[in-house]
Amino acid sequence: MATRQTRTLARFMMAPSVLLLLVWMIVPLAMTLWFSFQNYNLLNPANVSWAGFFNYQYFYTDPAFFQAIWNTLLIVGGVLLITVVGGTFLALLLDQPMFGQGIVRILVISPFFVMPPVAALIWKNMIMHPGYGVFASITRFFGGTPIDWFAQYPLFSIILIVAWQWLPFATLIFLTSLQSLDGEQKEAAEMDGAGLVARFWYLTLPHMSRAITVVILIQTIFLLGVYAEILVTTNGGPGYASTNLPFLIYRTALLNYDVGGASAGGVIAIILANIVALFIMRAVGKNLDR
Amino acid sequence: MARAASTSQKIAWTVVAWAVAFVIFFPILYTVITSFKTEPEAIAGINLIPSGTLKSYIDVQTQRDYWRPFTNSVIISLGSTLLALLIAVPAAWSMAFSPTRRTKDILMWMLSTKMMPAAAVLVPIYLLFRDFGLLDSRIGLTLMLTLINLPIVVWMLYTYFREIPGEILEAARMDGASLWNEIIHVLTPMAVPGIASTMLLNIILAWNEAFWTIRLTTTNAAPLTAFIASFSSPQGLFWAKLSAASTMAIAPILIMGWFSQRQLVRGLTFGAVK
Repeated sequence: MATRQTRTLARFMMAPSVLLLLVWMIVPLAMTLWFSFQNYNLLNPANVSWAGFFNYQYFYTDPAFFQAIWNTLLIVGGVLLITVVGGTFLALLLDQPMFGQGIVRILVISPFFVMPPVAALIWKNMIMHPGYGVFASITRFFGGTPIDWFAQYPLFSIILIVAWQWLPFATLIFLTSLQSLDGEQKEAAEMDGAGLVARFWYLTLPHMSRAITVVILIQTIFLLGVYAEILVTTNGGPGYASTNLPFLIYRTALLNYDVGGASAGGVIAIILANIVALFIMRAVGKNLDR
Repeated sequence: MARAASTSQKIAWTVVAWAVAFVIFFPILYTVITSFKTEPEAIAGINLIPSGTLKSYIDVQTQRDYWRPFTNSVIISLGSTLLALLIAVPAAWSMAFSPTRRTKDILMWMLSTKMMPAAAVLVPIYLLFRDFGLLDSRIGLTLMLTLINLPIVVWMLYTYFREIPGEILEAARMDGASLWNEIIHVLTPMAVPGIASTMLLNIILAWNEAFWTIRLTTTNAAPLTAFIASFSSPQGLFWAKLSAASTMAIAPILIMGWFSQRQLVRGLTFGAVK
């Protein structure tokens, strides 16, 4: 009974959300695009002029730029690899019969609720500190020399911290998916003599494909924007070793006051995110329509 | 054939699982332990038994003015959640109950706005906030978090509302229920659980958001994320204080999180995994 009246009402009900998001999408985007073609420095705001493609050229020739893109992709790829593989094993483990399963699950998912600055500072100071950290104590106990993680392996350290935060998310979703797997199917496969690996490969993994797709989609959205973890640990350094694209933009905008340059970086970040998104949305769209 | 695992097997799995869980949870556990240590104790190597002092908790509140960022976090996360719900409930409602051909496209488009990297629009947002006097204001931050979480709120509500059977509405209508009665007596009771779950998840997301909350505030409106981040400045090692502040910052949300596991899965996967 979709009368014209209800349709009008429906439109009214949707209008605030749609309009807000439309404004939220278009206004900053248009401004970023506009600024990216301007010579505009916040220290000298009176002197704004048309820059053409200079900002892009500047960003493109900056050696930090390619490193930042590479680091961005490494963070996304590295964390996805750790969380998807690790999360699968953890979910399989948590799905086994055991005592105190509820508590184990609570312990495992907890890191997800820890805000990024806290997570990063805990790891930086208490766990990975070369002098007083837990890793250092363990290394010394076995007679080794402690590693200065953030100086020697800055990007890896950040990947480790971010992976620790997202591993619970992947685990929880995989576990939910596992638990909806039909027990009879498992038994039938077992009776047919399918081994552990075969059962996992031909039965469990296909069943989890949807969950895996969703985890990759959601995590990618958040991982492209990793910021606070870098800010409080390495501050992008040493050099640009742990600077990703968001961090480079922040640095250009708020530390160098270069509005034009930062905006060019922003446009590039949007293009990068869209390329990634295109692939993922296509995959997810296929997987979600079922 | 029931899959009754033998007891020894069950014990073996229990040991493995608890060991793994301990390792994953260890950083949080160690933070809580360290928060009850004195500063010299905190950097004296691994020691799982603290002296039990509350000094760090007192210091954080007296020296660092802990309650202001805490209050800001509460106001901003609650405020943005309520505002987002207010805007999103009608939208999700109409999409769930009178869907059109474009409903799916609109939903996908909303999701795609989340794909825009926050840093990419840092410059325009920062300048707009500066020009409108919203920098370092709770109102500005609340609006910001409302906008960035709105797509997720709409999606989540939509997946919940869609499960409310439409026939019930028609039955109520046949019985001569007025629109008002329909909303109050039929729909609200069925919609409340979904709205509550959405609210819970969104508070968690808003509480932990750490890009805009850090960049758009300095002191007055700075929530806990910015407050904790300020501990990173090299001014000596105050791990016990850092631990106390961290414990207080994550405890409320950690406990909320424990209660919302199911909703979390549903909410963050947009209903694709239940």
